[in-house]
Amino acid sequence: MNNPQLDSDGRLRHLLSIEGLPKKILYQILDTAESFVGIAEREVKKVPLLRGKTVCNLFFENSTRTRTTFEIAAKRLSADVISLNVSSSSQSKGETILDTIDNLIAMHADMFVVRHAQSGAAHFIAKHVPEHIHVINAGDGRHSHPTQGLLDVFTIRKYKPDLHNLRVAIVGDVLHSRVARSEIHALTTMGVPEVRVIAPKTLLPAQVEKLGVHVFHDMKAGLKDVDVVMMLRLQNERMSGAMLPSAQEYFKTYGLTEEKLAYAKADAIVLHPGPMNRGVEIDSSVADGKQSVILPQVTYGIAVRMAVMAILAGGQIAGSQP
Amino acid sequence: MSASNIQLPDAEELLLTLAQKLEPLLQANTALVGIQSGGVWLMQRLLQLLASPIAAHAIDHGTLDVSFYRDDYAQRGLKPENRPSQIAFTVTDKHIILIDDVFYTGRTTRAAMNELFDYGRPASISLVALINRGGRELPIAPQIVGAELTLNASQNLQLIQHADGRLALTLQLHDQPDLSTAINTA
Repeated sequence: MNNPQLDSDGRLRHLLSIEGLPKKILYQILDTAESFVGIAEREVKKVPLLRGKTVCNLFFENSTRTRTTFEIAAKRLSADVISLNVSSSSQSKGETILDTIDNLIAMHADMFVVRHAQSGAAHFIAKHVPEHIHVINAGDGRHSHPTQGLLDVFTIRKYKPDLHNLRVAIVGDVLHSRVARSEIHALTTMGVPEVRVIAPKTLLPAQVEKLGVHVFHDMKAGLKDVDVVMMLRLQNERMSGAMLPSAQEYFKTYGLTEEKLAYAKADAIVLHPGPMNRGVEIDSSVADGKQSVILPQVTYGIAVRMAVMAILAGGQIAGSQP
Repeated sequence: MSASNIQLPDAEELLLTLAQKLEPLLQANTALVGIQSGGVWLMQRLLQLLASPIAAHAIDHGTLDVSFYRDDYAQRGLKPENRPSQIAFTVTDKHIILIDDVFYTGRTTRAAMNELFDYGRPASISLVALINRGGRELPIAPQIVGAELTLNASQNLQLIQHADGRLALTLQLHDQPDLSTAINTA
């Protein structure tokens, strides 16, 4: 398969999905992100790497956290940032995506951060742009959300440094979740030996086992002895028809309560990509409890996004290693 | 003029010279900052050699990786092996002594100074280098050096650390950097 994410020397050109990226590049991104974490604690929270570059946040679908953290990441790299809420601008006047992109390129944009409800939108834009322009997928339909997958693994590694010795459970609406796909690819590529998914049959994609995960339909069995619990949001807006009896019923069976969390290891950590539906997929006492690393995820997300942008804009990774 | 014709000084002897020259500069409110990676090795050795004056003045120390401040990022990108900078003390009003292994163009020092100022406003910055190989391109020079040497651009002088912690200098000829650039753009 021709991988549009890498250039002919195997360097990262766009970040579109975790799938198809070599382990070396994933480690490179996370290791570089380590160096960016401390910048937030300094008096001047900026480095000059992207000085003079223009980053365009193109959000065809709503998002607060992802857009804001990309914006902060670009600003901490000293880039100029333009955030466009395209759903409320030219698209509604009938302009095509590629015309929007061409106009922004004419304004000398150097990098696009794209969120779109259609799977494959970021790939489509990446194929269209000239060579010096980089595209980062900030979530496309049900397909992929690579920076979320990376920041989740980064967060896990902060608390559980030995990825090769972990049992991780991903719980909830895997079917509609681009986050779950990116998490699974990131975890398995980086060498986590056991990744489980826990969900009702109706919320699992067909043949999910082929992604290299163990499937459970029961929380007690699925959470037994896991080191990491990754909760997913119940994606009501992507559901059509009756996939679930009710939110209350879902909470009773799959909602993460302190009682269910007790099946996991005593020092297990709990992640959630946000936004949380408290009382649906996660109980407040867990979300705010001492095993929760949900807010550190947000903080680390900035460092990981800085690393991705810095590596893309520099056009150099791993390949040059002596 | 092959690389092997040049008699390189002994890094361990230069280190002792540096320590002697550095000692009178140490005072209260001084902080040592090593530049990755050779400068950090040197700093660690200097911390041992000058342990008593450093303890007497309660001197802070830290490390810088200047990767995010280099002026050649646009051409060369990020080095894969960057490390977090660690400056755990307040930089403002400190007399900072920057430590680097080989002083060459002055660009690394410039990047390090730019980074330091993002932590605060130091009272002063001085530069200590194990060796000054000549060839500076900026109005920056080390105040304290172990030795001076004149090398040309094709010679690559590096400090290495042996497994037992001993430091040594090595000299290699650049493996045709211009040719590799030509291959990349071909």
